[in-house]
Amino acid sequence: MLSIKNLHVKADNKTILRGINLEVKAGEVHAIMGPNASGKSTLAQVLAGRDSFEVTQGSVRYQGKDLISMAPEERAREGLFLAFQYPVEIPGVNNVYLLKAALNAIRKHRGQAELDAVEFLGVVKEKMSLLQINEDLLNRAVNEGFSGGEKKRNEIFQALVLEPKLAILDETDSGLDIDALKIVAEGVNSLRSDDRAILLVTHYQRLLNYVIPDYVHVLSDGQIVKSGDRDLSLELEKRGYDWVKQEVANA
Amino acid sequence: MNAAAGPVERYLAEFARVKTTLAGAANPPLQQARKSALARFAKSGFPTRRDENWKYTDIRAIEKRTFKTAEPSHDGIARDRIDAVRFNALECHELVFINGHFSKALSRKPTLPKGVIVDTLASALEHRGGEHLEHLSQYANDGANSFAALNTAFMADGAYINLSANARVDHPIHLLFLSTEQDDALMNHPRNLVILGEQAELTVIESYIGLDGAKNFTNTVTEVALGRGAVIEHYKLQQEGFMSYHIGSLHIRQSRDSRVYSHSISLGGAIARNDIHTVLAEEGAEVILHGLYMASNRQHVDNHTRIDHMSPRTQSVELYKGVLDGHARGVFNGKVVVHEGAVKTDARQSNNNLLLSDTAEVDTKPELEIYADDVKCSHGATVGQLDKDALYYLRTRAIDEDAASSLLTYAFAGDVIHHIKFAPIRARLEQVVIRRLPNMDRIRDIL
Repeated sequence: MLSIKNLHVKADNKTILRGINLEVKAGEVHAIMGPNASGKSTLAQVLAGRDSFEVTQGSVRYQGKDLISMAPEERAREGLFLAFQYPVEIPGVNNVYLLKAALNAIRKHRGQAELDAVEFLGVVKEKMSLLQINEDLLNRAVNEGFSGGEKKRNEIFQALVLEPKLAILDETDSGLDIDALKIVAEGVNSLRSDDRAILLVTHYQRLLNYVIPDYVHVLSDGQIVKSGDRDLSLELEKRGYDWVKQEVANA
Repeated sequence: MNAAAGPVERYLAEFARVKTTLAGAANPPLQQARKSALARFAKSGFPTRRDENWKYTDIRAIEKRTFKTAEPSHDGIARDRIDAVRFNALECHELVFINGHFSKALSRKPTLPKGVIVDTLASALEHRGGEHLEHLSQYANDGANSFAALNTAFMADGAYINLSANARVDHPIHLLFLSTEQDDALMNHPRNLVILGEQAELTVIESYIGLDGAKNFTNTVTEVALGRGAVIEHYKLQQEGFMSYHIGSLHIRQSRDSRVYSHSISLGGAIARNDIHTVLAEEGAEVILHGLYMASNRQHVDNHTRIDHMSPRTQSVELYKGVLDGHARGVFNGKVVVHEGAVKTDARQSNNNLLLSDTAEVDTKPELEIYADDVKCSHGATVGQLDKDALYYLRTRAIDEDAASSLLTYAFAGDVIHHIKFAPIRARLEQVVIRRLPNMDRIRDIL
């Protein structure tokens, strides 16, 4: 599904990622963990197509295609979805109309018939209740005046509706209280499927109490310095990130 | 007209040619008024950029061209062209003017309630005297505005609307001024006069629409006098052809507790200039001015507003937004004068501009003059580009870059339209604005 080889990324003339290697297969859930400023969010943004980052070396292949040369909208149509750490408020653009347009753009790209308003509402109804999204939130401007929790729930709600092949969740757990965290985690778990891969970018392990990853990678200073399974995340929770850094320094 | 003569001489000659055909030719005081207006125009000539009011707008393109006074036109404009711009589904009065001349056949005039006169100005000038015309030229200060003086000299037709005390018209009155493509470049000088008695209420829409490749010059003046507690909702939609010139002004006098809601949408024209001047003459008068201007290619659009707070507890709220693309140039000048004694004035103004290209330009200038104590006044102006983060977010949601730009542009501009309370007008103007955007087909579903 996703194959990252020796990825180097610069922003404002500063190298942020220095040689990332990662293989993600359909059906897998990978957690990317790491201290602040380790490059986690940069990785998520580069995969989604943010143009303020420059890929200086390496390659990213997604479903056999060169991902880096694709525009953000092409990536989205090919089934890549990024849940933002800080979802953008867009006054004047209706949340549900945007979602319908997004879904139809993706369906059209897949050669499927576009959905009309009634069919679309049929699709969203069930997913709304799972993420406790009410009609009001649906009909407001995109993220405008949403609470932090509402924004995060809305991102996962979008993922559920758009049914991506690769979902990248950037710090989706940050700023959530325990109830909202459970709702979001339930949403993420319902995203899990054999033909879908999920990349969880997170600083803390607490989301991983509810969403059990298949693989855990530690990112430090722009490189994956350690990979393991769920136990690694539990160890990080107990011991912090310093021992990993220490281990790298000693090696 | 003799093209070799100077601009002023050409207008004098044109006046001499057509003066006997202008409405009210048999009315000596009116003829005198036209002549003295023409003399004022001749004395001041066309404004130049040395004139503070015209600093950012060069009208030499209008000045150097020769325009012919439009004849009453009998050649048929396809009905569907007209139907596309009228308010068909809406029960309303609709006065249609073709190149400045009233077309009875195209107009609709349902029965009017008591105390309401809706007439053409030509008919009023010919047949109504005395108190009906005493308001004419009282509010448009054509001594200071040579285009208004030119209008007074040449005014041929327009609407005359008079509501007596407590009268109200439930349906809007739509004044549709169509400009068509002819062999000659045409000029027309529409003139509207609207008088509202105490507590009277009216909604009026002025549409200026250019068909085909019209290269005409429209120079329009509207005067409005509001009695105590009267309420007017005024809409102006300027959609002249892209090779046409539009100069228009709206002049209002507001009595005690009267209210004005003005919405001015300016989209067309090679050069378009819209002036609004309202005088809050008496206590408690309120005005809300909303405006939207959109220009692309080499269009030039200039909005000048002036609000005079003359009395205590008067209120003004102004919001103008501009979208400029290509090599277009926009001008906004919002002057607010709080006169001596106008205590407890509340005046708020904002002007926001979106530049869609590196070559588009806008000059925005709020002007606040305060000669009274205990007042609340604020103003703010912004010039910016599309929000990059929002653009990126939309693209990650499978919306392509062009459509995302259009969507955000609409979101910016639509803000002004959404304030419109009257749904049929709001819906029409939304469509008008959407059609003005690139990629409108792709964003229609998202709006």
